[in-house]
Amino acid sequence: MNDKIKIIAGLAIFVLIFTCPFWINGGKAKDVPKPVLSEKALAAKTCVLPKDEMAKNHMQLLDGWRNSVVRNEQRVYIIKDANGIEKEYDMSLSNTCLACHTNKAEFCDKCHEYASVNPYCWDCHVDPNVKEASL
Amino acid sequence: MSLNIIMSLVAVVVLGAIAFVGGSVPGLQSVFGIWIPYAAVAVFFLGFAYRIFKWAKSPVPFRIPTTCGQQKSLSWIKQNKIDNPSSTKAVILRMFFEIVTFRSLFRNTKSEIKGDRISYEWEIWLWLAALAFHYSFLAVLFRHLRFFLEPVPYCVKIVETLDSFFQVGLPVVFASGIVLFAAVLYLFARRVMIPQVKYISLIADYFPLFLILGIAGTGLYMRYFLRVDIVAIKTLTMGLVTLKPLIPANVSSMLFVHLFLISTLLVYFPFSKLMHMGGVFLSPTRNMANNSRMKRHINPWNPDLEFVTYEKYENDFREKMIEAGLPVEKES
Repeated sequence: MNDKIKIIAGLAIFVLIFTCPFWINGGKAKDVPKPVLSEKALAAKTCVLPKDEMAKNHMQLLDGWRNSVVRNEQRVYIIKDANGIEKEYDMSLSNTCLACHTNKAEFCDKCHEYASVNPYCWDCHVDPNVKEASL
Repeated sequence: MSLNIIMSLVAVVVLGAIAFVGGSVPGLQSVFGIWIPYAAVAVFFLGFAYRIFKWAKSPVPFRIPTTCGQQKSLSWIKQNKIDNPSSTKAVILRMFFEIVTFRSLFRNTKSEIKGDRISYEWEIWLWLAALAFHYSFLAVLFRHLRFFLEPVPYCVKIVETLDSFFQVGLPVVFASGIVLFAAVLYLFARRVMIPQVKYISLIADYFPLFLILGIAGTGLYMRYFLRVDIVAIKTLTMGLVTLKPLIPANVSSMLFVHLFLISTLLVYFPFSKLMHMGGVFLSPTRNMANNSRMKRHINPWNPDLEFVTYEKYENDFREKMIEAGLPVEKES
């Protein structure tokens, strides 16, 4: 009957749309990205927080830094390291984080792009290691 | 609290607990992360197709649209083309607005006894909450494509950008997730707080609400509080959709709860009221043109009977009719 054709067509469209991840990828998954540490970062051995905490909480740390700097004019971050020694850091994405993690593309963007995380850090900040500004 | 609420809540909590325990045991991770999701997707599509074919087989010989406006009549009487469609084009328009804007729900009224009389009032909140719920769910579902496609398409990124428009916190808050959670809470509260609605609510009404609450809740919890390893999760989901399943290390057991509740929803979907997703397209009271006065619709399985006039009938039974004292038109 006439209606049956319409119904089957509708069902086919539904299945096609809802299974799109299966056929768009074509059965091929890209290699899983891993952040690459620069030589400077490797030499430093330790970040502001332990590695696991950084992996999990870096966005909140940076968010806190931003609020502290922009709203309270407080630029010094003091934290005790693993040995109980107090350390001071300048709360700056470009001058502290990127000074050590010199390769933004390999360290930040790789995973962010894979997981479609689009941090708006770079709306304001620049990567100091890229000399030529594209203006 | 009614038993229906408690039973549904217990069911969802138990399901979540099973997945949490299963997700913590390394040997069972592949069951909860690979095999149950695959089986659930299969059941979802097969069950969905089964229900649709079952509905497609149901005969609908006559036009039975619910009409909500002036039907096509004389040329100087204005027809309400959307609420009382007479052509296929108008039916498509009516279906479009029904599916996209829930037009029939917009007409929702509530009845109240005010003083000594009953009064009916337009009630917009159910419609608003339903819209908020369905569209935020759609946005959340669509955003999840970022876990299933590599590279992530531009359209998904646009939705993400719009969804995180207010740039609150980091990880940035997606409005749709919050709206979804709030809307389900509202739909639940409404069900419990209006006595008439509570009276007719069954396990089949509470269970999907709690299930979706559980799914949205675990999702929000993973994103904003646990801040799970998102790259590990995408490795798992990409493995699923490229048919090379694997369980990466460092996957949070909360993800297995999220996945298991979604699998439950997928299995439950075709056999429950959630099938209104497919059913809305097949509602004969919405998808038919009201053209009974223009076109003759003959029941296709009418028996092929001989047409008998009254004259012939009386000729056949005249003597018996006279005997029984029934009036006849001709005496002989």
